[in-house]
Amino acid sequence: MSDKVNLTIDGRKLEAPAGSTILQAAKDANIYIPHLCHNDELKPYGACRLCVVEITHRNRTRIVASCIYEVAEGLEVQTVTERVLNVRKLVIELLLSRNKKSQVLQDIAQKLEVEKSRFELDIKGCILCGMCIRTCKEVVGVNAIGYKSRGFTREVATPFDETPPDCIACGSCAYVCPVDFIQYSEKNGVRTIWNTEFPMQKCTKCGRHIAPVKQLDHFKETLNLPEDHFDICLHCR
Amino acid sequence: MKKLTTPQDFFDYQSEVKKSVDPKKTQIIICAGSGCLAYGTQKLIDGFKAEIEQQNLQDVMDVRASGCHGFCERGPIVLISPGNIFYQKVGLKDAPEIIEKTVLNGETIERLLYKDPQTGEKIIREHDVGFYKKQQRFILGQNSQINPTSINDYLAIGGYGALAKVLSETKPQEVIDEIIEANLRGRGGGGFPAGWKWDSTRKAVGDPKYVICNADEGDPGAYMDRSILEGNPHTVLEGMLIGAYAIGSSEGYIYVRNEYPLAVTNITLAIEQARELGLIGKNIMGTDFSFDIQINRGGGAFVCGESSALFASIEGRAGEPRAKYVHATDRGLYDKPTCLNNVETWANVPLVISKGAKWYQSIGTENSKGTKIFALVGKINNTGLVEVPMGITLREIIFEIGGGIPKGRKFKAVQTGGPSGGCIPEEYLDSPVDFDELTKLGSMMGSGGMIVMDERTCMVDIARYFLQFLEDESCGKCTPCREGVHQMRVILDRICEGNGQEGDIETLEWMGQAIADGSLCALGGSAPAPVLSTIRYFRDEYEAHIKDKKCPAGVCKALITYKIDSETCNGCHLCFKPCPTDAIAGEKKKLHTLDQDKCIQCGACYEVCKFDAVIVE
Ligand SMILES: Cc1cc2nc3c(=O)[nH]c(=O)nc-3n(C[C@H](O)[C@H](O)[C@H](O)COP(=O)(O)O)c2cc1C
Ligand code: FES
Repeated sequence: MSDKVNLTIDGRKLEAPAGSTILQAAKDANIYIPHLCHNDELKPYGACRLCVVEITHRNRTRIVASCIYEVAEGLEVQTVTERVLNVRKLVIELLLSRNKKSQVLQDIAQKLEVEKSRFELDIKGCILCGMCIRTCKEVVGVNAIGYKSRGFTREVATPFDETPPDCIACGSCAYVCPVDFIQYSEKNGVRTIWNTEFPMQKCTKCGRHIAPVKQLDHFKETLNLPEDHFDICLHCR
Repeated sequence: MKKLTTPQDFFDYQSEVKKSVDPKKTQIIICAGSGCLAYGTQKLIDGFKAEIEQQNLQDVMDVRASGCHGFCERGPIVLISPGNIFYQKVGLKDAPEIIEKTVLNGETIERLLYKDPQTGEKIIREHDVGFYKKQQRFILGQNSQINPTSINDYLAIGGYGALAKVLSETKPQEVIDEIIEANLRGRGGGGFPAGWKWDSTRKAVGDPKYVICNADEGDPGAYMDRSILEGNPHTVLEGMLIGAYAIGSSEGYIYVRNEYPLAVTNITLAIEQARELGLIGKNIMGTDFSFDIQINRGGGAFVCGESSALFASIEGRAGEPRAKYVHATDRGLYDKPTCLNNVETWANVPLVISKGAKWYQSIGTENSKGTKIFALVGKINNTGLVEVPMGITLREIIFEIGGGIPKGRKFKAVQTGGPSGGCIPEEYLDSPVDFDELTKLGSMMGSGGMIVMDERTCMVDIARYFLQFLEDESCGKCTPCREGVHQMRVILDRICEGNGQEGDIETLEWMGQAIADGSLCALGGSAPAPVLSTIRYFRDEYEAHIKDKKCPAGVCKALITYKIDSETCNGCHLCFKPCPTDAIAGEKKKLHTLDQDKCIQCGACYEVCKFDAVIVE
């Protein structure tokens, strides 16, 4: 098998590395495909369905999620068709009914010429893209949060809705959340996230707060660092 | 028990078993399927056995507790063979009489016979009963010929013969070619040709390769797969063994719905028995072919029956579909080549092999071959499991096998394909049962649910009911299915409550298409079908709800009023007691009245009135 495959996106002839996704190929060619649950650092997930495109391959036309569909020789991709736009409009309207304030959602809605959601509002804030859960698991390597319940009642939650025993308060979940749903604050040497207060470690020289103790312990453990590695902050080193 | 070390060894053993069956002995076959067991069949079995023992008749007759016969509504069912005498609703006290009169003296017992509701005629033989007449029970029919806990019973009817034949004389690729030629298509929903799936799995690179039986059966009201597993577990094992041999697989799984304890018990026992004989395990019948099967209890959700969710569940992860545009035949369970087929699909395999692709092809339509088992339920006289040749019309199933609609009411629609199937109206009743035809009609074959609806069914309400089920079963991973199905249901709710708005129908149609296009797995992909198909065929009913604020079928409470017809009411007083709010007033033998302020539209009076004097508007 050769390393490159030939495909067309919106009529443009392109070459893309075998094994890459349509979304990547489009990005490389500066073709815009909206997406919400995809992040290059995370494994393909394909849940928000905003990134759908219409493909024709071996005489079969269908709608697929571009963030997971791998490019193939002779693949023809249309990123803007009526069917595609209908799915995207539906998705953004449905998400707006969970969160009508998010700038990210509004920007996408505007590009799709959606003014507002026609659906019953049921403001939940979280749009269940799962980026927080996946980042925690795949990037941080902790797995402190997960899904609770299924279907429309699904939520991102800590185990049993209690203080998350494995959480190291690194804040990555809040950082990746596209709709700023995850509450996160830092005050008087305490970081608060997932309704839990995490004391932070002070620099033994300047007294500044470096990071939550649990987070530093986690680094020491996983990276095999000496016990006093984080006693002094970067500035004082 | 001795291990069979060559195919010849097997054939010798099988003829021995066949010879040990005394053809002169009468078999009293008692259905011990889940349906009949619920009527207390176990006592009946014990009763017959005790009676036979007491009278010392063991040499002339045997009792056989068999799997489901399909006509569950008439249970407990007893068949007397030879003669194929069909007794229904048999009680413990009937046992001595059946032994005395029927078995010993060849007389039939009138009161236990089935009475044809149309002609009033008493029917003696099973195959003359209207319910069975048009069926072709190649698979379900075996249920009454065997006791599912006895491997010898299965061997005696030729069981494992197809496996032995394949192991002794057929190359794996030839087996696949035979299945392709027979055009056996998957019975679990999609109707994908099994032979192609086997072929792809065989050709895929990877080791080990897995063969899996999907026995999750999550459709409400469906129990086809359950009846096969409970009533004839060996035939499923034999099918899987043949498939594994053809594919080159050494490991298999049966993924069984958790609520099926008897199926698990019977299949577990069957695996043990087959292993003892050397039909499962290492070097089967002394050949190079080795295959073992594990049982996996289901994750308890409807979506776990979906292939990628099923793999996740076996792997110990949450039973959630994965969006992978790679075929399971290349990367399925544990990312290895995997062939997943439904219980009924596997059960068809020994049949195809032993009777040949040519024979199999002779049954059915151009592109749908063999038989299909349906769970026939709803507003129909004969409910139960039916196995029919492909190509039979819906009308034949509903009006001949099913005996039509009860209480002389009119047929309105039939829903095929499980909760996400579509509703087919009267005008298409002459359509053949065929994978492609049903899809064309906006429904599908699905796994074999068939729900009949009469004129008193509101199509908006029924669409809402199915959607509610699917909303509850959505895993919640992708947006269109999780949010979209919910919002469609919200719109249907408001239509049924009399708050439908101009444009709702068009919104539903638009959403339905986008949800079907955009969802991650086939649950969302097919979830809009109940709504889309009812809009397609019963649009006027939707319009009546929205524009006229009326429910033509008289179901949606917010849109109906009950009235008492002064002409027909004869004051029989029957409606008095059932009314929970004392809304009905009037003396006996005098005209009754209904107080609209008190009426909560429960419909109790409507249901009990024998003179159709309660009318709904
Ligand atoms: C939501 C959902 C539920 C399903 N449930 C079942 C099931 O209970 N049993 C089954 O055999 N197939 C079920 N399927 C279909 C399977 O994904 C798969 O197509 C089938 O098991 C393949 O076997 P077949 O080709 O023999 O039909 C389901 C599919 C979906 C989308
Ligand atoms: S970005 Fe592809 S499904 Fe969300």
